[in-house]
Amino acid sequence: MIVAENKPFHDILGLIEDAKKILIVGCGGCVAVCLSGGEKEVGVLASALRMSRKKEGNPLETVEVTLPRQCDPEYMDMLKGYVKEDIDCILSLGCGVGVQFIAERFSKWVIPAQNTKFAGGTIAHGIWEERCGLCGECILYKTGGICPIIRCSKSLLNGPCGGSQNGKCEVDKNLDCGWQLIYDRMKKFGKLDLLLKIEPPKDWSKSRDGGPRKVVREDVKIS
Amino acid sequence: MSEFYPKIVAFCCYYCAYSAADLAGSMRLQYPSNIRLVEVPCSGRVDVLMILKAFEKGADGVYVAGCLEGDCHFLKGNYRAKKRVLYAKKILDEIGIGGERLEMFNLSGSSGPRFAEIAEEMVTRISKLGPSPLNSRLVSFPNCKDATAGN
Ligand code: SF4
Ligand code: SF4
Repeated sequence: MIVAENKPFHDILGLIEDAKKILIVGCGGCVAVCLSGGEKEVGVLASALRMSRKKEGNPLETVEVTLPRQCDPEYMDMLKGYVKEDIDCILSLGCGVGVQFIAERFSKWVIPAQNTKFAGGTIAHGIWEERCGLCGECILYKTGGICPIIRCSKSLLNGPCGGSQNGKCEVDKNLDCGWQLIYDRMKKFGKLDLLLKIEPPKDWSKSRDGGPRKVVREDVKIS
Repeated sequence: MSEFYPKIVAFCCYYCAYSAADLAGSMRLQYPSNIRLVEVPCSGRVDVLMILKAFEKGADGVYVAGCLEGDCHFLKGNYRAKKRVLYAKKILDEIGIGGERLEMFNLSGSSGPRFAEIAEEMVTRISKLGPSPLNSRLVSFPNCKDATAGN
């Protein structure tokens, strides 16, 4: 899932300071699962903003709505009825994709309430960790299912570096060395020989360096 | 001169604080009538939004009363409530309402006197802090200073 985290409260407050009435839009997708942008988080943020503004003698009116997802046009349609004339701006608790989908669809000022962090998963309730760097050409089959792009602090393709010590990374001693994890796993599966092959430089044009990426599936298009 | 009469919302777990309140009533213990009890099936039912809404709707103080640690009827509800109370305190500090207006208490169903004591403790604390910055109320309710519990 996409993992996001609310921006500091006072930053959000500053971003909406000129508004009198705002539409706060939550998302029922990834950010609801990582407990940062679902219906409840919308309620908490809206209440906190209203109270803060009331205290300052500058009341804020809020309209709250949570879409099943913010990254699909059909759900964006559901917003139409909420984006009224008197709404000064839209505060989105979606990830960066949601914010942009709203901005593309409506001619209203849109503000992100979240910092979109990474593609990751739940480690335990309340803990999420990054796992994939969305590189566009997965090489997990070469590394025992452990991503060197993300799990190695330097994204080395031919690790480890000289700083790997006792299984920990030199960048932060609380971090497991990604390449130690890869080595241990390859050893367990008797595939250490695969690590002897030198991995050539990665083609980053398939990642962020090639401009915005697009996936097109002719078979599922309906128009 | 008008007197500040704090309005305090207490989210009380059915298995402990709510029964303790009942007991306090049967024991004819006096506790301040400022307390508005909200019965919850477990303190773990209380979430941050419920707490914030209580303040938004006019509470000067809020507390959550759950079972003694280790004694939760649902095992961990009171630990969860404790964490949420801490988080809500942080939000209240950020808003400028003040986290000290919110507290978590633990007691057992047989603690009638403790229930009354907690109520007094919160009324004293909130009276000292004054009205919530959201409430400019400074009104007196001369005839309802104290009420008999359970009435
Ligand atoms: S190799 Fe690329 S696609 Fe595969 S997990 Fe790592 S970053 Fe993601
Ligand atoms: S110590 Fe390990 S994880 Fe850290 S940078 Fe070096 S190879 Fe990567």
